[in-house]
Amino acid sequence: MGQVFSFTNIFGKLWGIDKEIRILILGLDGAGKTTILYRLQMGEVVTTKPTIGFNVETLKYKNLTLNIWDLGGQTSIRPYWRCYYSNTAAVIFVVDSTDKDRIDIASKELHTMLKEEELLDSALLVFANKQDQPGAMTAAAVSQALNLTDLKDRSWSIVASSAIKGEGLTEGLDWLMDVIKDEQL
Amino acid sequence: MAVFQECLQQFNKSPIDAKKCRSLLAKLLRLIYSGEVFPAQESTTLFFSISKLFQDKNQSLRQLVYLTIKELAATSDDILMVTSSIMKDIQGGDSVYKPNAIRTLSKVLDSTTVNAAERLFKNAIVDKNPILSSAALISSYNLLPIAKDVVKRFTNETLETLQSYKQFPSSQFELHEYYGNSTSNLPATSFMYQYHALGLLYHLRNYDKMALVKLITSLSEGSSLKNSLSIIQLIRYINKILVDDESLIQHLYPILAGLLKHKSDMVELEACKTLINLQHLIKDDQFMNIITTLQKLLSVPRTATRFAAIRLINKISFKHPEKIIIVNIELEGLINDPNRAISTLAITTLLKTMGAGTIDTGSTGGESVDRLITKMTSLMDEITEDFKIVIIEAIENLALKFPSKHKKLVAFLTDLLREDGSLLLKTSIVDALFDLIKFLPDASAKQLILMNLCEFIEDCEFTELSVRILHLLGDEGPHTTNPSYYIRHIYNRLVLENSIVRSSAIISLAKFASVCGGDVASNVKILLGRCLNDVDDEVRDRAALSLKFISSNQKKLIVSDSKYDLAALESKLTHYLNNEANFATKFDISEVPIITNEELKSLEYNKKVNKLDEGSTDASESASKDEGKKDTEKAGSDDVANDLLKQQEYAQELSAYPEFEAYGKLSKSTMVPVYLTEKENEFVVTVVKHFFIESKKLVLQYNITNTLPRSVLQDISVIAQPDNEDYVEDFIIPLSELKPDQTGTVYVSFSTPSIEDEELLAAFGNTVAYTNKDIIDEEGNVDERDEGYTDEYQVDDLEIVSGDFVTPLYNSNFTAIYDALPSYQSSVAHISGADTLENAVTKLKSTLNLLPLDGSDYVPSDSTSHILKLLGKDVWGGKVAVMIRLANSSGKIVAKIEAKAETENFSAIITSGAY
Repeated sequence: MGQVFSFTNIFGKLWGIDKEIRILILGLDGAGKTTILYRLQMGEVVTTKPTIGFNVETLKYKNLTLNIWDLGGQTSIRPYWRCYYSNTAAVIFVVDSTDKDRIDIASKELHTMLKEEELLDSALLVFANKQDQPGAMTAAAVSQALNLTDLKDRSWSIVASSAIKGEGLTEGLDWLMDVIKDEQL
Repeated sequence: MAVFQECLQQFNKSPIDAKKCRSLLAKLLRLIYSGEVFPAQESTTLFFSISKLFQDKNQSLRQLVYLTIKELAATSDDILMVTSSIMKDIQGGDSVYKPNAIRTLSKVLDSTTVNAAERLFKNAIVDKNPILSSAALISSYNLLPIAKDVVKRFTNETLETLQSYKQFPSSQFELHEYYGNSTSNLPATSFMYQYHALGLLYHLRNYDKMALVKLITSLSEGSSLKNSLSIIQLIRYINKILVDDESLIQHLYPILAGLLKHKSDMVELEACKTLINLQHLIKDDQFMNIITTLQKLLSVPRTATRFAAIRLINKISFKHPEKIIIVNIELEGLINDPNRAISTLAITTLLKTMGAGTIDTGSTGGESVDRLITKMTSLMDEITEDFKIVIIEAIENLALKFPSKHKKLVAFLTDLLREDGSLLLKTSIVDALFDLIKFLPDASAKQLILMNLCEFIEDCEFTELSVRILHLLGDEGPHTTNPSYYIRHIYNRLVLENSIVRSSAIISLAKFASVCGGDVASNVKILLGRCLNDVDDEVRDRAALSLKFISSNQKKLIVSDSKYDLAALESKLTHYLNNEANFATKFDISEVPIITNEELKSLEYNKKVNKLDEGSTDASESASKDEGKKDTEKAGSDDVANDLLKQQEYAQELSAYPEFEAYGKLSKSTMVPVYLTEKENEFVVTVVKHFFIESKKLVLQYNITNTLPRSVLQDISVIAQPDNEDYVEDFIIPLSELKPDQTGTVYVSFSTPSIEDEELLAAFGNTVAYTNKDIIDEEGNVDERDEGYTDEYQVDDLEIVSGDFVTPLYNSNFTAIYDALPSYQSSVAHISGADTLENAVTKLKSTLNLLPLDGSDYVPSDSTSHILKLLGKDVWGGKVAVMIRLANSSGKIVAKIEAKAETENFSAIITSGAY
């Protein structure tokens, strides 16, 4: 038995299974962050309330242990995001694609966040969420509104998604895993 | 700080080490619990790092996280960051840390976030796990200050919990290695949640009396409350309601009576305690139920219960010793209780019931006192001094109330005095003996005590006590039949003691010389002459001075029969010294009232008796409504010396008005202001009566408080309409303006009839007249052009009663004074508004404003007739003695009042005024 365990240990170390990967989900309030978190963890849609603070869940994804922090997006809570930046491998930024009025604010928050020193090495995945809703902007439109092309020295990607229908989430996460494996292991 | 750094390091790691973090949190908690406070910034940093521990699912770690956050919540900012995480735990977490989570949540929430948690709380309150339910109830309680409205919406859930049955989850015990799997012998539930639910409900319904009564009634039916503590809480709520509204006793008594028989001692005791405090509301036979319960509790094995029971019995004994005579046998048994606190209480209680017993049964009472003293003597060796002092006080009180028993009690005290003891103990004995000398009417008793004290100072190691005793000997000794006996003892001091004692011995001897004169004086002179060679300056000085006074026959300089009122003197002097302008004139000592020894005695006696009564009124300390009553009582009785001071103040206030200058010396003012309105009226009016007897003037001082928040009153005057034509109004000093919450004074002056006239008593109808103006801005100004409107407001009538003309006076020999006084008047009256003799006595005492003597204000509750002896001094300087025979015939109190006074006509005034 002991031998078997030690083998898995060695392999685990080799493949980075043992290491937890810290991921933050950020975005304006009502973008669908909490829904995405639990869709990923439990595979189902839960009814959520505005997050006062944060939710944290651990999940296994393709032999990797992900430690996902979903921080509340209300204006009052945004200043506290920075308390949770350290040791972060990737940031998932969720945008409500139907909310054209506030896309500028989202852009501003995104760029301020990315300037933080602790997040310089983190990968960025943007979900253009709520694609199931009529009048949603396309991923390209969102990308343009967020000025994602300005980002240098950072691996980033944008994926159109619908947390309610479960579309786009795995694609996004797969991309993220590949990037993390490339960069960190 | 090391802990702080290490915490930050470990908590911010990824992944975290649960075990290490747990022990670090434990260290942190220890620091916090021992009083360490983190500054806001550090505390906040710590808080954020701890919040990261939510990523770990370890149950024990989570519990510690909650404990720590709960503590840090007070000092950290931004604690709302954990709100969502906690709420998630309460919804779906493990039942081990759910209660922790909900308790922490109540600390984290604020008025903006509390709404989000409402559903959560409701669910937790009705949860079938009693621990979670309790935690939710208590947390709601803590939320009351920030979100009363939200918590109000929990009412239905709380009610449901109160009446439900919840069992502990068995799984929780299995987790604990101590209990293991043997959950079978564990209690299924403690019903503690009922206590918590009741407490919360009470707060939610606090302001709705009827709802509260309904709740209490519904809970007391059947046995829905299983938890003893919750029943006790229920009893306390009943008590609170009854204190506010005594009329509910009919409705609520059966509930309390039912709880007198309960399987829990605690509940029974609480019910007894409450009923004892309410004893004025219940009937005698109902009272006996309490006694029966207490009697039963006296013999239970649990010491705490026995102690509580005997303490309650002791409380009853203050006022109604006769009611507890039936437990005497149990009490005597308890004298030998291994717990000394119990045995001491047993003795003090017995001492009281003995006293009551002697009245009813005569000789048998005497026997039991003997028996008790024998028992006590053997016990005294074993108990500590604190208890001894308590017993000494009890004995003194007994001797004061029942002078006929003094011999035995004095013997007991003096025996105790001879034994070893600390200064404290000896002082209390000597104090007791001093009081007995002052207040016992019997001359032989006095002599007995004095002789014992003489013997004591022969071998007294405490200078302080020797000096006091020598002083007393000097005061009392010369008036006894054999002064030379005392002189011998005092002289021994001169030979044997230190200089302080010697000096006081000299003064004492001088008193003998000047009072007794004759042979005694010449003998004392010889003794004092020897002291002129003493080694000590003070002793020599005093001896020389005394000799000079004796030979020049200056008796007054040695023996004073009066002294200045020290409190008044002090206030006068401070007043004088505070203003340099005063220094132009000499300090006028004649303004300070002089108290004669006789008056001093009545002051002291009053104080003494009040102290006794206070012990019994303490009983009602929990009753909040009583407080108001007690305050006024206190103002009236607490310190009679204070009264004189108060009068001094009044005199000063009045002297500020030139109008009153010609009135001369203020003879008497009533001490407690009389309320002419309800205390919560728009105007509160109180009145004080000032009498100037020499110039035959009466000044009524109306204190008016404006409680209207938006009005200014101007040109306020009081129209006082006497029903007696002999009272003639001189003038009114009105008040120009009264802003909200201000109090001002209006004086109305009258010329009064003199004592020779027939009608001295009168009643005044009072009307307050004023101009009302509304306030127009925030600063409380009124519109200049506003004319306002004039209005009148009628307040209650004011009566001039006989009590206004007298002050209570003490004398140990009432009968002699009564017999000697001329001017006899008598009348028979029906005392209205009093249904028991006790009430009647209290009423007469306060309306007549005289001092009850010979313990005659104490009425044994089962007697149907009583004699009240009252003594006082009127403002014309004469004595007044009143003897009142009271009889109770089926609930109606009839009194025959016989008054005798030195001042002519005054006895008639008293008899006509007492009803």
